[in-house]
Amino acid sequence: MDERVYDTKKRPVWCPGCGNFAVLTALRRALAELDLKPEEVVIVTGIGCHGRMSDYVRANAFHTIHGRTLPLATGIKLANPNLTVIAHAGDGDAYAIGLGHLPHAARRNIDITLIVHDNMIFGLTTGQVTPTTPQGVKTKSTPFGNPERPLNPLLLALASGATFVARGFSGEADHLKELIKQGILHRGFAFIEVLQPCVTFFNTYQLFREKVYKIDGSHDPTDFEAALRLAQQEDRLPIGVFYRVERPTLEDYFAYAMSPPPALRKPQAPDLSKTIERFR
Amino acid sequence: MEALHVLIAGPAGAGVFATSNMLGKTLLRHGYEVFITNEYPSLIRGGQQWALVVASAESPVYSHRRRVDLLLALDKQALGSNLSKLGSEGLAVCDTADKGVEDPRVVPLPFREAVKELGAPTVSINTVGVGAIVGALGGDVELLKSAVASQFRSREVAEVNVKLAEKGYSMGVELRRRVRFQLKRLSSSRRLLIDGNSALALGLLAGGMTAFFSYPMTPASPILHFLAEIQREYGIVVFQPESELAAINMAIGAAYAGARAAVATSGGGFSLMVEALGQAAMTETPVVIVNVQRPGPSTGMPTHTAQSDLRFVLHASQGEFPRVVLAPSNPLEAYELGCEAMNIAWKYQVPVIVLSDKFLAESFWTIPDLPRLEPEEGRVLRGEVQGDYARYRLTGDGVSPMAVPGTRGALVYANTSEHDEYGFGTIDPAVVRAMQEKRFLKLRSLRAEAERKGVKVYGEGQVVLATWGSTTMVAREALRELEGVKLVQLVWLEPFPAESFAQEVSGRKLLVVENNMRGQLVSLIREHVLRQPEGFLGRYDGRPLDPEEVVEFVKMHMR
Repeated sequence: MDERVYDTKKRPVWCPGCGNFAVLTALRRALAELDLKPEEVVIVTGIGCHGRMSDYVRANAFHTIHGRTLPLATGIKLANPNLTVIAHAGDGDAYAIGLGHLPHAARRNIDITLIVHDNMIFGLTTGQVTPTTPQGVKTKSTPFGNPERPLNPLLLALASGATFVARGFSGEADHLKELIKQGILHRGFAFIEVLQPCVTFFNTYQLFREKVYKIDGSHDPTDFEAALRLAQQEDRLPIGVFYRVERPTLEDYFAYAMSPPPALRKPQAPDLSKTIERFR
Repeated sequence: MEALHVLIAGPAGAGVFATSNMLGKTLLRHGYEVFITNEYPSLIRGGQQWALVVASAESPVYSHRRRVDLLLALDKQALGSNLSKLGSEGLAVCDTADKGVEDPRVVPLPFREAVKELGAPTVSINTVGVGAIVGALGGDVELLKSAVASQFRSREVAEVNVKLAEKGYSMGVELRRRVRFQLKRLSSSRRLLIDGNSALALGLLAGGMTAFFSYPMTPASPILHFLAEIQREYGIVVFQPESELAAINMAIGAAYAGARAAVATSGGGFSLMVEALGQAAMTETPVVIVNVQRPGPSTGMPTHTAQSDLRFVLHASQGEFPRVVLAPSNPLEAYELGCEAMNIAWKYQVPVIVLSDKFLAESFWTIPDLPRLEPEEGRVLRGEVQGDYARYRLTGDGVSPMAVPGTRGALVYANTSEHDEYGFGTIDPAVVRAMQEKRFLKLRSLRAEAERKGVKVYGEGQVVLATWGSTTMVAREALRELEGVKLVQLVWLEPFPAESFAQEVSGRKLLVVENNMRGQLVSLIREHVLRQPEGFLGRYDGRPLDPEEVVEFVKMHMR
């Protein structure tokens, strides 16, 4: 399928050189290469620069409030598992205000893909510290340097039981596209952390270009211990699939309610007579 | 009205509520009108609780009374602390070992001995006790046995308890001449004895609900338990997520996808849901939110009752948008409004809040039956859409056809930021104004619905007693002792049925009773009808108003 099918023809309002462009392109290409119809796809976006994605990807979309992309996407998927649901979140969305949802989405293995646009800064609000900003970095809200150690999202996802854990880099768009494809095809919760520098408030392109390397065939993605070791690397930053395993999904548990799924049923008056008997 | 009032009291864990259910069901099956209410502290073991069972052969029982005719005490402390509620001709029964006081009204019976004889656990003295009560009331032993049997899931446990009840029954028979109220088998039609929470859950199902998300919070949790238990029978998704934030966002996601969804919580959980309430409004996603009120602020008293969240739910969230607030007063209304909430939410694509409270949620009333209700689909597009589709298409009444994602020919873009007709973000002043006006256009039809259905009237007189929610039932009970008083209940609180209400109260003295301190309905009346009620009675100690104090209050204003 031509990736232009996924273009709303709206001109992105991101800064020139913004990492979001690469994620947008990678996503459109991934969807096109998987031959998914726009009608079958739902893009859920949060608040922040990444949140504009839903204006630019021609598919079904829900631009939700700050931090709530995961429960919203979970509700969509539970109501209609036929839909391909892809949630986008920034590092503020996913790791600050919405962190409470991430381990639960991972452990319940809902079949959605989460793409975190991690630029290690709040961009849209003009440059404040986030949970992934490195310690010591000066931002508008930490003018004397960030006092906190950053969160390690990959360790968190692994520890929470995510069945697909990957990291991509916006400087490697083709590689990222492949990760997104694998994430969408994965049956279960797919977590994709994207290193996506903010050219205006925290430009880390140079640093990432030096530190990033691709995980090669010697890594066994079903080896949890090996994935944990990879995720702990700080001097160099591996990108690729860290971990992948098959487990029953949350929708499987609700299989009894899925033919047809709740979202596709015309509302009907149910027969309550049997339930009412207990009150006689 | 002749009525029987039986109080069952005991320590937490002694089966006070199970006992009240067994007694209530026995009375129901005799053909009586029954009402059950209870009070308990927020803990699992230790502390005392009670349940009051009221029955009448003549007329529906609307609420409790202060007086008690019979007391079943399940331990010594329960006897001591509840004896003062017993009338001078009342009778209290307890186990022989628990008789700590010399009082001619107290009759010790060998409950524990009966339990020991059958090798049953000591906790089952409550079943012997309920048998004794029914025996003393001259009830039908077969109806007692059937009610006891239906209380237990395991057949074995049920059989033992039926035997225990029979033993208690024969002890009670000896007391018959001391009890004035004697049961008969009445030829009434088959009715239901149901609590507000269950009735509301059934109403949501009747309204076509297929997805329910809820984080446990007293006193709303029984709705979650009830729906979780029957989810497979009805093929619906019932899920407990990590927080109320998650619950309501899941519901909004499910509704966007096309499923009729609801959440239930209490005031504290509703506080967390507020950000998503605005999201439901902005994205015009239908969602039903049940708030079973308890006293606040903050944790307040988890297991007690209040009507103090009215102003909160009316104004919750930043910005301005239309919403609907409905308040049932009894299980039948809870059932009807559960369905109505779902229908209104989908017809107008707005958030609908159902305000219940602990007194309604966990009390039981007898109702004739649940009428068959029909879900109305609203303007939902499924299958295929021809031509250009825009989720927020401007229409004559503000309601845009809502396509379900997956529909051929339609891409559905819901946006919590201000948006244009297609859902794309915008800050264009003309578009912003058009969209804000579009959302408020729905208020025209909603107001008409409110005026049509929002006010209920009982009785006639020159004095009006205005209520909302479960306090209406207390007021209806009080009305039995009042002449020339008209009760006006507000069923819809938003939009406020101003014209219908003004018409009902015009030229009459206006009094208001509510389960809160500041008079939240009083202030709404001032706002919408430009009238200052002549009197207000509020109760804010976590207990429902007593009919006796309402009678006294109204009489004081009639003098």
